[in-house]
Amino acid sequence: MGDWKTVTVPVLSSDSKNIFQYTSEKKISPPSMNSQVLRLPLPSSKSMHSFFSAFCTEENIEQSISYLNRELTTLGFPSIYVEPKGKELNLISIINCMNELLVQQHKNLRAQEEVEMQHLKLGSDMDHLQNSYAKLKEQLELSKREIVGLQERDRQLQSKNRNLHQLLKNEKDEVQKLQNIISSRATQYNHDMKRKEREYNKLKERLHQLVMNKKDKKIAMEVLNYVGRADGKRGAWRTDKTEARNEEEMYKVLLSDYEQRQKQLLVENAELKKVLQQMKKEIISLLPPQKQKPKERSEDGPVLSDLEEDIGELNKENMWELSCETVREQLTNSIRKQWRMLKNHVEKLDNQVSRVHSRALDDKDVISREDHELKTEKLELEIQQCKEMIKTQQQLLQQQLMSPCDDDTTLLLQDCYLLEERERLQEEWRLFREQKKNFEKERRSFTEAAIRLGLERKAFEEDRGAWLKQQFLSMSTDYKHSENVTTPSAFLGSSDQDSRLTNSTSQQRKPHCTLSGPVSAEPGQMSQYISCNSSNAASKKPAGDGKPNQWEESDEGEVE
Amino acid sequence: MQQKLRFLALALTQRLSSALGSAQASCVQYRLIVRDVTTLQLLQLYTCLDQIQYIEWSSDSLFILCAMYKRGIVQVWSLEQPDWHCKIDEGSAGLVASCWSPDGRHILNTTEFHLRITVWSLCTKSVSYIKYPKACQQGIAFTKDGRYMAVAERRDCKDFVSLFVCSDWQLLRHFDTETQDLFGIEWAPNGCVLAVWDTCLEYKILLYSLDGRLLSTYRAYEWSLGIKSIAWSPSSQFLAIGSYDEKVRILNHVTWKKIAEFEHPAMVADTKTVVYKEVEKPPSVETERLSFPPTRALASSLFSTQSKYDISQVPVSFQYIKPVADRANPKMGIGMLAFSSDNCFLATKNDNIPNAVWIWDIQKLKLSVVLEQLCAIQSFQWDPRQPRLAVCTGNSKVYLWSPAGCVSVQVPMEGEFQIVSLCWHPTGDSMALLSKENFCMCYLEREEVK
Repeated sequence: MGDWKTVTVPVLSSDSKNIFQYTSEKKISPPSMNSQVLRLPLPSSKSMHSFFSAFCTEENIEQSISYLNRELTTLGFPSIYVEPKGKELNLISIINCMNELLVQQHKNLRAQEEVEMQHLKLGSDMDHLQNSYAKLKEQLELSKREIVGLQERDRQLQSKNRNLHQLLKNEKDEVQKLQNIISSRATQYNHDMKRKEREYNKLKERLHQLVMNKKDKKIAMEVLNYVGRADGKRGAWRTDKTEARNEEEMYKVLLSDYEQRQKQLLVENAELKKVLQQMKKEIISLLPPQKQKPKERSEDGPVLSDLEEDIGELNKENMWELSCETVREQLTNSIRKQWRMLKNHVEKLDNQVSRVHSRALDDKDVISREDHELKTEKLELEIQQCKEMIKTQQQLLQQQLMSPCDDDTTLLLQDCYLLEERERLQEEWRLFREQKKNFEKERRSFTEAAIRLGLERKAFEEDRGAWLKQQFLSMSTDYKHSENVTTPSAFLGSSDQDSRLTNSTSQQRKPHCTLSGPVSAEPGQMSQYISCNSSNAASKKPAGDGKPNQWEESDEGEVE
Repeated sequence: MQQKLRFLALALTQRLSSALGSAQASCVQYRLIVRDVTTLQLLQLYTCLDQIQYIEWSSDSLFILCAMYKRGIVQVWSLEQPDWHCKIDEGSAGLVASCWSPDGRHILNTTEFHLRITVWSLCTKSVSYIKYPKACQQGIAFTKDGRYMAVAERRDCKDFVSLFVCSDWQLLRHFDTETQDLFGIEWAPNGCVLAVWDTCLEYKILLYSLDGRLLSTYRAYEWSLGIKSIAWSPSSQFLAIGSYDEKVRILNHVTWKKIAEFEHPAMVADTKTVVYKEVEKPPSVETERLSFPPTRALASSLFSTQSKYDISQVPVSFQYIKPVADRANPKMGIGMLAFSSDNCFLATKNDNIPNAVWIWDIQKLKLSVVLEQLCAIQSFQWDPRQPRLAVCTGNSKVYLWSPAGCVSVQVPMEGEFQIVSLCWHPTGDSMALLSKENFCMCYLEREEVK
């Protein structure tokens, strides 16, 4: 239809002219729209309304709808007609489209806001950058000026320096010149002096000649009498001998002086050597052994051994006499080496200390101060504890040792304690033994009782058997009174059977009371008797036999 | 300084000679007065022919020579025999200097213009001549034991040294020295080394052995004024050389190389140095004792100012005098040097700082004490027995320093008494203080140490 110009949303005012302007800017092709637009005198309150109603009126609804449909479809929205080329409007789609359009509108507004914000920001950034640029430019200018100024100063100073150098050179040259002048003048003066002196000498000679020639008698010595020499000796003529003697004397004097000096020097030397050796020993003792490099050790090794040999020799012999160069040199060299090593060691320690102070613990050998302190504290605590322990132990030891001080009483006490214990133990032993005996007795009695019981039971069984037999027999004898099956001794009358049984049992019991020997015999008898009996009795045999066996076994079991 | 000082004053004396023993000689005009040292009682009185310029005791203290340069006469007097006399007349040869030989029996006269040295013998009739002696300050030097004598000579514009045996005056050695203009010679106390030094225009000192070999040469610098004074240490270990550049250089006897250099700056800043400053004490007058007319003692005590020593706080700056540049022999440099008898101290005076005495500790080779006086130092001398230094500054006080401290002593004299020089007795018990016209004996009593 037409292209909408991208125009910002106008601020709607009551002025209808604006609207006119606005609407006139629109390039809407359908002229009907324009005319329609022009015809509208719109009140302010309804301006929005009127604006929005400017597009579509009652007359051009269909056209506007179709237009809208076209626009929407071109924009990608679904058609608002139900059917293409139909005239029914799809309300839903319309609403959707409207919603979409609103959403898009919102989006666009937001985007616009953002863009505006960014625009503002960029604008302010730009301002800021421009300001800073201006400042930097100023600074650059300033520093350029400064540089120029400094360069100027530098140039001045350099020129000054050159001048001063020149002056110095000049002064030095002058000094040299003056010295040369002085030396030349000095030689001139010397020459003149010598000349004058020669003249003077000549005069002196002349004068001397005159004086001598005059032969002044005045030049004499008057003395009352000659005095003896101070040392009482007579004066001697000067001869060759005396001359030789004088020479000798002189040399003797010189030699004695030299000897004295040499002695002093020897003494000093010996002292210094001693001091050096002491120092060497001390330095060696100070140096930590692991710090010595093997190289130096190997170097020092033969040297030291040689030195020590030499020193040993020196010590053996008279130290005053030996002072060979090599020994001296070796001693001084070794001391120098040791001193250097000590110095290096001390320097290392200093470095370590400084490093520790600056808390740069890179070196493994270095223990940080804190750790060191902690360790020392721990060690101290341990030491204290150990000390306390030692103290307590000592006290205890002392107490123990102190006890021997009350010798007898403690011994006695100890003995008493021992005796008590011993007696107690003995008593207990006794009791134990008694109990043991008692137990054995009881056991024996029990076994005997058990055996008796067994025997008795057997007897009882036999008696029972016999009585039953008897009964049976009596029953049968009632019929056969004549059979006279009587058993002698073993079986007695039926009325007395119980008593007999008891008697027999008591009889049997008696032998049972005695040793176990006859016990074995009697079951034989009993078995004899039982075998004579009926089968019941026979069946009881094994039981009877078994019982004592069982008893024995059980007895044995008990014993065990 | 727990010692009492006794003073005995005498008047009108001109020359003084210290005695080796118990006598002391002084001369007045043409009279020679011999006194007892302890009591200053007159022992002998001799009269000479002319005004005496110089007196000297012989080594055995039996004879005194009196030299009269104007007349060219030397008179010798005996202490044992007052009647004995001896007169040596140089006649037209003139006399410039005279001295005893170490054996006490020969007199060496130096004739005018240094033409020759005549050796007169008192025992024999023999006379010896030494030709071409050098006209310098110290041309003759005897060893301490008196065996050898060194004489500086100059022939053909060259310096030589001759060594003589004093017993028979035999020439032992004769060698030339590499000096421009020999200024002085001095034996070391051990008698084996002779120090020979050059004029102040050249800093050069040569050390010769007794047999004439050159042991060493030492030159500190060139062109500037050189050696002003030297001193041997009593043990012969050190040789101190004072020069015009206000420094003292110490050479050691083993290598003859410099081992120390002592500077004398105008400001002392070392905190370990003790500086004693002499300050005036206002005289204490007891008003009750004032009487009219005032007695002499009172008058003198009123007008003579007492002084005492204060210890100044280091740093101290001294009065420094720069001498006039166009004069010869300027008053600068180390003019006086003396070792103490025990070898431990060296006293020096820097002529640029004329009021100060610098005392150096030789064991530590550093400055130990500075004595700052109110007046210029005239002379100082060490006690022959102890490390004690006596200083005089031209006023009537004598100053004593020892490691224990220092003291200023007023000499109780009537009238003016300006001490210009002093001289210790060999025993160290007394010293003579000389002014231009008087001398005074100062006795130091030793306090018994309990």
